[in-house]
Amino acid sequence: MPDGKSTVTKSPEPKAPAALGKTTKDIEGLNRRSFFSWLSFGWVGFVAATGGFFTMLLRFLFPNVLFEPVQTFRAGFPDDYIKGEVSTKWKDKYGVWIIRNDLGIYALSTVCTHLGCTPNWLSSSKKFKCPCHGSGFKATGINFEGPAPRPLERYRIVQADNGEIIVDKTQKYQQEKGQWSDPEAFLMV
Amino acid sequence: MSENNKKSFLEKAAESQVWKSIFRGGGVPRNRRQRMMSVLNSVFLHLHPVRLPKHAVKLKFTWCMGGMSFFIFLILTISGILLMFYYRPTIEYAYTDIIDLAEQVPFGIMRELHRWGAHAMVITVWLHMFRVFMTGSYKPPREFNWGVGVVLLLLTLLLSFTGYLLPWDQLAIWAITVGGNMARATPFLGSEGPGAALLAIGDINFITMASDARFILIGGRFMGEAALLRFYVLHCIGLPFIIMIFMAVHFWRVRKDGGISTPV
Repeated sequence: MPDGKSTVTKSPEPKAPAALGKTTKDIEGLNRRSFFSWLSFGWVGFVAATGGFFTMLLRFLFPNVLFEPVQTFRAGFPDDYIKGEVSTKWKDKYGVWIIRNDLGIYALSTVCTHLGCTPNWLSSSKKFKCPCHGSGFKATGINFEGPAPRPLERYRIVQADNGEIIVDKTQKYQQEKGQWSDPEAFLMV
Repeated sequence: MSENNKKSFLEKAAESQVWKSIFRGGGVPRNRRQRMMSVLNSVFLHLHPVRLPKHAVKLKFTWCMGGMSFFIFLILTISGILLMFYYRPTIEYAYTDIIDLAEQVPFGIMRELHRWGAHAMVITVWLHMFRVFMTGSYKPPREFNWGVGVVLLLLTLLLSFTGYLLPWDQLAIWAITVGGNMARATPFLGSEGPGAALLAIGDINFITMASDARFILIGGRFMGEAALLRFYVLHCIGLPFIIMIFMAVHFWRVRKDGGISTPV
């Protein structure tokens, strides 16, 4: 039978597989088994490269340097603030109310804890009132009416060597987490 | 010879090499097969069905809300590109450029067209969804296309939201402030969201104010110019690019899934 087949004069067909077999063996002994191991290498490489690409893409969106306004400012001396009054002079520039009571001074965030609007200090009714949804806060920052779920946040407040008040907005203290008792959340004067 | 003289100018043009090279298949379609081939051979037309049953396009049944949405999308694309010639996405210029567009640039209606068109598109997309729901057109084999449509609805709302910020007026700033605060409450990926504290090793928090979902959205810890630029890029390039891919799939699947509003 093999003899019979070989005598058939179909020149391209018998030649093609033989030639293919020769070349693959000649190149690097690439048989079925090693082909699949190379294939898996290829896939691992492809997945790693794709994963790396998307990781880079994500990381690219997180800048290393932020061009944002300075978050720490000097707010004058304790004597600039009258006991029992809410100072709104840093509200527009830094988003901070500075309040002095009998014991000391604290810095309240002007961001409503409901959805982030800016409440107004109503000196006649002694409360912060948010124009967006009507949340109300006492001068201490404690919420007592409207949808706000928690008190206003306080910022870190310390004294410089010359006695000036420094307000640091990168550090905040939340009443519901018990952070208002932190020594830097309240400036004793 | 007499036959050639009877041919109209259009017919002659349709036999020219220029026509045949542009429109594959060439010639004026004269029978059903040729008409079908002329649709299938055009990259724009092939998204649409070759032919429609007469009852399927009745306005009282379809409301034409899908078609209206696409039409408004085209108006928004054209007017939006025109607006980009004047608008600069910086805190210094954004608001005044919008005023300039409305009051000084010729055809100040262009900005109004874009703004009202955006409102209209949200409405037509909702009505389209409502019609598809009421006629049961979400049922198999169209369930996948319903899913694509939900993504398109989401993208429409995101386009609307990102465009809302660009005038940089009080409305815009507070909308993005509130939107950003909502991102802050994202589960796991928002610094104040549930589960964010779980993604920490010891005292080191990985999800903080400078690395959470809100941060990547507004490009900073506080609302500012980075947020304006990010929303501008998303509004003008990112989201339109994505929505066009989904729209192509959506229209193509309408054809493949049995055409518009016909029981299958």
